[in-house]
Amino acid sequence: MKICVLVKEVPDAAVEKRIDPSTGRMDRSGEKNLNPYDTHAIEAAMQLKEGGALQVDEIVAVTMGPESAVRALHKAVSLGADRSIHLTDAALAGSDVAATGYALAKALEKEQPDVVLLGQQSDDGECYTIGAVVAEHLKAPSLTQVIKLDVVDGGLRCERQAEYGYDTVQVSLPAVISVGDAINEPRYPSLKAIMGAKKKPLETASAADAGIDASLVGGDGSRVQCGEFKAPPAKAAGTIIEDEDTDATVEQIVAWLDERKLI
Amino acid sequence: MDFDLSDDHRLLRSTVRDFAEQEIAPVAEELDRTKAFPYELVRRLGELNLMGIPFPEEVGGAGADTLAYAIAVEELARIDSSVAITLCAHTSLGTQPIYLFGSPEQRAEWLPKLTAGELLGAFGLTEPEAGSDAGNVQTRATLDGGEWVVDGAKQFITNAGTEISGCVVITAQTGTDERGRKEISNILVPNGTPGYEQGTPYRKMGWNASDTRPLTFTDCRVPEENLVGPRGDGFKQFLRVLDIGRIGVAAMGVGLAQGALDEALKYAKERKAFGQQISKFQAIQAKLADVATEIAAARLLTYHAAFLKDQRRDFSLVAAQAKLKTGRLAVRATEEAVQIHGGYGYIEEYPVCRFYRDAKILTIGEGTDEVQQMVIARALGA
Repeated sequence: MKICVLVKEVPDAAVEKRIDPSTGRMDRSGEKNLNPYDTHAIEAAMQLKEGGALQVDEIVAVTMGPESAVRALHKAVSLGADRSIHLTDAALAGSDVAATGYALAKALEKEQPDVVLLGQQSDDGECYTIGAVVAEHLKAPSLTQVIKLDVVDGGLRCERQAEYGYDTVQVSLPAVISVGDAINEPRYPSLKAIMGAKKKPLETASAADAGIDASLVGGDGSRVQCGEFKAPPAKAAGTIIEDEDTDATVEQIVAWLDERKLI
Repeated sequence: MDFDLSDDHRLLRSTVRDFAEQEIAPVAEELDRTKAFPYELVRRLGELNLMGIPFPEEVGGAGADTLAYAIAVEELARIDSSVAITLCAHTSLGTQPIYLFGSPEQRAEWLPKLTAGELLGAFGLTEPEAGSDAGNVQTRATLDGGEWVVDGAKQFITNAGTEISGCVVITAQTGTDERGRKEISNILVPNGTPGYEQGTPYRKMGWNASDTRPLTFTDCRVPEENLVGPRGDGFKQFLRVLDIGRIGVAAMGVGLAQGALDEALKYAKERKAFGQQISKFQAIQAKLADVATEIAAARLLTYHAAFLKDQRRDFSLVAAQAKLKTGRLAVRATEEAVQIHGGYGYIEEYPVCRFYRDAKILTIGEGTDEVQQMVIARALGA
């Protein structure tokens, strides 16, 4: 079977996020890295391959992004993917989530994967939705926020993190599964794997190569209109209560909540 | 000129940085406090091919270059100098002489395990009476019935006394040449050889989680084939090994200074005094700006030394300059970092306290500043 892992290049976690006032979009300049959530998806794919309960023939990392996004693929293959696909085209720039999901689904159609894995969110846009959009286009079941993945009865049994606890879902393949960071501890790439990464096949595909209808992607093909995004206001300083006498502390907290009619 | 790191070097840097921040930083204080050798971290560094970075894959190394080695050492030292020196001494000093000068048999026996990090290598040069004047070797080795019989003592040796220490390459007087000068040769002594004893670890100012001990050799017999390279080449060999070692130690200085700056900047932005972050005060800003500038210069010098070695060009002068510059910088940067932390910098709650203790050895070990100045002045023709 074949697993495709969707990955994304995002601003490095150490870079402070801000809105670029000239475009109203996130400022993505500066140091970049592979989206940390995606490393969990790659690790999940590697564990399926190494676990041996399923015969995984190939893990393919797929990204859509500008030229620099090749670095995210470079890291993805150093972490174990066998090859990678870089969907890149000026026509794709400015795509919103729906357009990006459509474009990625078109790239995946050619690959016919049995499982598509991705991180549950990107560290920049944090939409949490790309997996569902891709699944819709592929007409495959979509599972999100999966934190446990087992091979059962030829399908995958997944535990989803929900607000009230966990859902256990048996899913048939093909399926699109986004994973949470609690699913595993991603490995670090070894130095030999880093140096060998560029020797693994990298395919560059344009929108036309992937059979993408250009009217459905890019800024013009996107329905999201970027308005005047602003950074959230700075949080007001909180109240710190020194816990010298716990009874008194509890009273102070209750009084504080009461004052605001929160209890 | 191209100042951009290659994609491989960038990814190596971010990988080692992640490893250091996520795996080493949480245990660094405890390792230092309990003076515990980081066996588990060394094992994991071996798995990541970081215990044999600059050696070719044929001998078990990662097949990377000196720049990659410098970057990895820098990122480790940014978080923990004990771990960095363990890797650094193992690579530049322990494994290097066997790789450069060892016989095919010695290389086949030792390099795969050393480069995998399963065993640690050590280099025994310094003696109680021979530090900077390393040619004044008192340890003697005499041939007797096809064996070298070694007698003498070594001082301040890193990595020789751990549970995974494999061997030490030592310098010894093996006779005198026709002009009556000492003939110095390098001899490989495996751990476990009768008569080779590792003394009690020193009580050091810093580098507390690294293994540093005196060694004694008493009627210690090893096979004649344990000679490393030609007899009498010991002096030339150890100068070469030290030249290479300086690049690693220079990278430690850059990394430690960067770690100190990062901690100082973080603290200065958190700490408030007189109603504002102390990072807004000019006096603090001047310190941060000066240290950041010095680090930028020192890093370029260090990478230049690595670049020259990778180009197979003469790098001795630049390596000595990098070592001199970075050792002093580490001392200064860690002192400024402690100063910016105020009283908190003087207690072990913040890493800069450990950084300050770890820094001083960088103006002493692998050639004191004064020796570097001698090397540099000679190269200038003075």
